[in-house]
Amino acid sequence: MFTELNNLLNTAPDRAEQGKLTLLCDAKTDGSFLVNHFLSFYLKANCKVCFVALIQSFSHYNIVGQKLGVSLTTARECGQLVFLEGLKSSVDVFFQAQEEPHPLQFLRETNAGNLQPLYEFVREALKPVDNRGAAWRCPVLLVDDLSVLLSLGMGAVAVLDFIHYCRATVCWELKGNVVALVHDSGDAEDEENDILLNGLSHQSHLILRAEGLATGFCRDVHGQLRILWRRPSQPTAQRDQSLTYQYKIQDKSVSFFAKGMSPAVL
Amino acid sequence: MLESLLALGGLVLLRDSVEWEGRSLLKALIKKSALCGEQVHILSCEVSEEEFREGFDSYINSRLVYHDLFRDPLNWSKTGEAYPGGPLGALRAMCRRTDPGPVTIALDSLSWLLLHLPCTTLCQTLHTLSHQDSCPGDSSPVGQVRVLGLLHEELHGPGPVGALSSLAQTEVTLGGAMGQASAHILCRRPRQCPTHQTHWFSILPDFSLVLQEGPPLELKANPYPHTSPVDASSHLTFNLHLSKKEREARDSLTLPFQFSSEKQQALLHSGPGQATSHIFYEPDAYDDLDQEDPDDDLDI
Repeated sequence: MFTELNNLLNTAPDRAEQGKLTLLCDAKTDGSFLVNHFLSFYLKANCKVCFVALIQSFSHYNIVGQKLGVSLTTARECGQLVFLEGLKSSVDVFFQAQEEPHPLQFLRETNAGNLQPLYEFVREALKPVDNRGAAWRCPVLLVDDLSVLLSLGMGAVAVLDFIHYCRATVCWELKGNVVALVHDSGDAEDEENDILLNGLSHQSHLILRAEGLATGFCRDVHGQLRILWRRPSQPTAQRDQSLTYQYKIQDKSVSFFAKGMSPAVL
Repeated sequence: MLESLLALGGLVLLRDSVEWEGRSLLKALIKKSALCGEQVHILSCEVSEEEFREGFDSYINSRLVYHDLFRDPLNWSKTGEAYPGGPLGALRAMCRRTDPGPVTIALDSLSWLLLHLPCTTLCQTLHTLSHQDSCPGDSSPVGQVRVLGLLHEELHGPGPVGALSSLAQTEVTLGGAMGQASAHILCRRPRQCPTHQTHWFSILPDFSLVLQEGPPLELKANPYPHTSPVDASSHLTFNLHLSKKEREARDSLTLPFQFSSEKQQALLHSGPGQATSHIFYEPDAYDDLDQEDPDDDLDI
């Protein structure tokens, strides 16, 4: 969890908003620091987290989590974290009986239909349970990342339907949050990815867009973050909803500064 | 502005973008229709009923008939709450309405429908929906039908957008500059030239619309809407401009590299003292006077 980012978004683990879809997007840079931020943020906020991790292994996220002050192993053991490790369980699809439902069932189908099994996995994972032991604050779904589903053969509409159902269940029914990362291919003509990105942008309440610098790589400024608030609680006349900051990723934190105001430049 | 949008009937297409969302304008139009005493049917695919009704007062909410395609549009939950026949079935059910009087149908959003239905089917259904009043087979006299459709423009190619806009009587394209929303309205009246208008507006929390002046022209051209122009010459450590006196002083100055005739004279005619100058040299006691040629080893 990066405190500076919390300050920019005007939030903290003890007063996290509910019922929101946050879209993370990266263009010409790596936006995974945002995923790690939200993972540690919601674990610290005492939320029940379902993490659909299709990019990295559990140990990778665990090591990064430890740097940010959360232990994924402990969270998983006490039932706070439900971790779907895409890299590992994609193999299981091929070695188990076909009748058993598997969240990544679409990998086995010749003409990939929909992501209903994955949605049902999420719904099961975040379903409120009646145990008196641990009471989690609100359910959170985290996906890293949705563009991979396109690469695995799903259509953009199927992925949008998946998120639609997750939103209806997690955000609306259970009053939780959904956070998803999508890559922006930029000018590479990837129509499906554009539909996915724009479709999600229209559904989301907050868009965080990490961009590489237009001038190229820099040692002291790693990129810029655009924050766009959509669907404000009240559609007022004043629309100062878009902000841009530059950032530098450090070992355990990320520092943000106004455009052109890097300490290395001044 | 709202009256002119609602005056024509038929299909009103609201084209919005990620940065300039059109749902608040849609809700402002719905409020206006409801206040005129019309029944408003809402086919909602993108937001929940609570979120949609938020901000409306109880009278307006009582005029709204909400058709829920948000919770279970594809019948994945199998709870039996889904619409029979899916989104198309929901649209067709709206076509078979029975109540007389003018009706407004809001489709939130056409983009969702367009992603899930073939474009031709959707266009045909929209056509029947918006032309019910002129349906000859129907014996019961039904009033005017107005269809408000929200379309997220970036999600579709030029083909489907073109097909929908040719169906629409009124087309509103949302945009903006300097944090101020604008609506470009294209009206197609029968047997008349289409008219273009641009309005600057803002929408209040209770979904009433206020027209605005719009930002000044030179700011509209600013491609970076969130940077205010900064006067770069305000904090300089030197003078950018010279006064008349300073300029004269500068012009009268001869620069060292300028070769004038006075300079030439001074160099050619050396002064009286200079011709008789001598150099006196007295060797010091410790001076090392080497008789050998210092460049001997160079073998020149």
